[in-house]
Amino acid sequence: MNDSLKATFFAECEDLLEALSSGLAVVSEGAHDAETVNAIFRAVHSIKGAAGAFALTDLVNFAHRFETVLDRIRSGTLEIDAEVLRIITRSSDVLADLVEAAQSESGAIPEAMDGLVQSLTDLGEAPAAGGAAAADAFAFEPVAFAPICLDLPAAERVFHVAFTPHRALYENGHEPARLFAALAELGAVEVRCDTSRLPELDRLDPAESYLSWTIVLRGDIAEGRILQVFSFVEGLCDLTVDLVDEGVPHEPPALLVHESDGTDKGGAHMAPVDTPAPAAGPVGAAPGGAPKAARPATPGQPAAAPAATLRVDPERVDKLINTVGELIINHAVITQKVIASGIPQNSDLMADLDDYRHLAREIQEGVMAIRAQPVKPLFQRMARIVREAAEATGKDVVLVTEGEATEVDKTLVERLADPLTHMVRNAVDHGIEPAERRAAAGKPLPATVRLSAAHRSGHVQIEVADDGGGLNRERVLQTAIAKGLVSPDAKLSEAEIDNLLFLPGFSTASTVTNLSGRGVGMDVVKTTITSLGGRLTIASEPGRGSVFTISLPLTLAVLDGMVVSVGSETMVLPLASIVETVRPRPGDFMPIGPTGTLLSIRGAFVPVVCLGDVLGLGRHEIDASRSILVLIRTETGSQVALAVDGISDQRQVVIKSLEGNYRAIQGISAATILGDGKIALIVDPDAVVAMASQTPPLSPLADMEFHNDRRAAAG
Amino acid sequence: MTDVQPQDDAGATEFVSLVAGKQSFCIKITEIREIRRWTPVTSLPHAEHAVLGVMNLRGTVIPIMDLAAKLGLGSIEPSTRHVIVVVAVQGRTIGLLVESVSEILTVTNDMVRETPAVRREDATRCIRGLVEVEGDLSRILDLGALLGGEREEAA
Repeated sequence: MNDSLKATFFAECEDLLEALSSGLAVVSEGAHDAETVNAIFRAVHSIKGAAGAFALTDLVNFAHRFETVLDRIRSGTLEIDAEVLRIITRSSDVLADLVEAAQSESGAIPEAMDGLVQSLTDLGEAPAAGGAAAADAFAFEPVAFAPICLDLPAAERVFHVAFTPHRALYENGHEPARLFAALAELGAVEVRCDTSRLPELDRLDPAESYLSWTIVLRGDIAEGRILQVFSFVEGLCDLTVDLVDEGVPHEPPALLVHESDGTDKGGAHMAPVDTPAPAAGPVGAAPGGAPKAARPATPGQPAAAPAATLRVDPERVDKLINTVGELIINHAVITQKVIASGIPQNSDLMADLDDYRHLAREIQEGVMAIRAQPVKPLFQRMARIVREAAEATGKDVVLVTEGEATEVDKTLVERLADPLTHMVRNAVDHGIEPAERRAAAGKPLPATVRLSAAHRSGHVQIEVADDGGGLNRERVLQTAIAKGLVSPDAKLSEAEIDNLLFLPGFSTASTVTNLSGRGVGMDVVKTTITSLGGRLTIASEPGRGSVFTISLPLTLAVLDGMVVSVGSETMVLPLASIVETVRPRPGDFMPIGPTGTLLSIRGAFVPVVCLGDVLGLGRHEIDASRSILVLIRTETGSQVALAVDGISDQRQVVIKSLEGNYRAIQGISAATILGDGKIALIVDPDAVVAMASQTPPLSPLADMEFHNDRRAAAG
Repeated sequence: MTDVQPQDDAGATEFVSLVAGKQSFCIKITEIREIRRWTPVTSLPHAEHAVLGVMNLRGTVIPIMDLAAKLGLGSIEPSTRHVIVVVAVQGRTIGLLVESVSEILTVTNDMVRETPAVRREDATRCIRGLVEVEGDLSRILDLGALLGGEREEAA
């Protein structure tokens, strides 16, 4: 139970942190208004409030200081200048770290926190107009049976808060003392406890709620903030908030501890103790001034809620996606059968089938859209990476983002975080030149890292561009030679040199910095992107900067593939790794060694791998008159020609796992179902190339028998 | 499917009897998901020889195994006369190619004989017990031992 509550809390925190960073983004552009600041404040406040419920002390304390500063900005007593902006932006980073630490229960304290706490405290304690500064020093004692009075510096407005908890409030684990402590942060409070409904000790039901409180609150407080304090106990108590005095401070009116004038309000207070009091109707006259607002605290009153969203277990969506995939395959099967049965193309049935296809596609798009998420949160995270990287390297860099609304499959968004972080860090650390050199080259300061996303012909393209010095190709080549990655006399084109960056074990950084060069090279980035079915390319111009482009499929559930035939089998090659298809002429083949064959294409020699051979689907001779070659680019950037018997189609296929009911097969990444209902295997080109370069592996049969025997012998 | 005798005894279990490699076997009815006609499968690279390939069972990719080959009784040359028994074992769904499916047997515990200790072979390792049916012998298959490979038979 507690775990699920916590999970909800962290899910909400994620949303709130997102709201926080988008608010801050607006502020940093200088385009903010009161509502933006309010939204930022609300986000921090809500995190604080909920964190309190889980006793996440570090988080609460930090959020509280942060909130104090934000409150001053909100009330206009603190101007946002560059320094304040820097502090609050860094604070939001630390807040995110604290949430993360709380979630992983690591208890880790972000390094930057201590310094920021000091800065925040300084900002928060600058001469305040209201009693806000005193709030920090306020420590609340739990309310006992006796009335407690707390006198704090008086301010402009005076509120009367009548608060009668229901039994359910305690049952849900709320604690009035915490609420009062929260009120005390708003301004000066006087809390009086009404114990009149307490029964004799022997008749006391320890779980019942007998106490009610009257709180006089003074300060420059918006009424909404008082209601906000009670927002977590809405519906669990009778609450009235009356503005009794709008003017300058004066003596509080006499406090009515016990109402017994027979009005409806009294009715609520005097309800028999063993039946929880029903929510009181609007309260009538309150002493000492016109009631500004009096409303029963009821649930379902959204307070400036963002657009309603639905949280759904991703598994349900995945199941739906799967089923829709079936629907589309099913349509293809039916169509094929109908055509085979000789029904004319222009018949009604065919028209209906066409409608069926449209509907199925529409459902598929709709379901995919559920999983789709804008890249905005991902980009916002990158803003922080740029900030930290710029700070660590002492460079002046701004991040410009474009196409934040571009939607990508949720899984892709998650899996892109690491590679993108690495690329952005690289751009700041290696791409951007130091300030002196920029100045010497007459380039603008601050430097720019541009992060953009866009849909391009069924793909998502994400670019990380910097306006730095561009790749130092000479150094790249020298490093590669020094590390033995290329031979010293190799003649490489510019593009080939650029691609050396993606080789495992390559890192140009002469010194290992705190940022990049931690052993995770661009090769890992490249591998991750490739495993997502995408491609990573690089374009660089000396003196002008570099652009890294990630091109990804829209979703992981389908794959763009080329349908090929190998012997009697139909297989699918992922389009992402295909460079081109070649119908060779007899003279294009050169034998090498006893069995090897090379393809001569545009002056280069590319090894030919027979797909059927490697996959054990029978012996195939590479026959120039029959074979068709599919030129693929492997993860390492080298090219290999796969010989197949025919190419029949290029289409999107729905990916089906083989591991669920069988097991992983070497050389095969997954399976798919074709229009005729038959299964086609999806080839993993890199694994096939790796298999081809090895001696034939042990057959799985021999392998399995061996294990069985061993187990039998052991048992 | 003629000899179904309704029997409410607590110890009664229903089995589907089938023929593979010209021997009679039976599988607990609760382990069977469905029985369908043989349709051509997609063969898998480097698969053990009892694995004929994979087929599409309403959108799920399931492997098809030749039961006779798996038990070391020679392989079945599949044709449309043959039948695939789809079983669920340890969370996996697998199709078994058999020569034919004959009937549903209702077996009480006292009808089950223990497998006599014979040579250790795949065929006997996967047999949990024997049932005599009208003078013939049907072998109760232990699908876990046959397909899971995780569980060891009691020595």
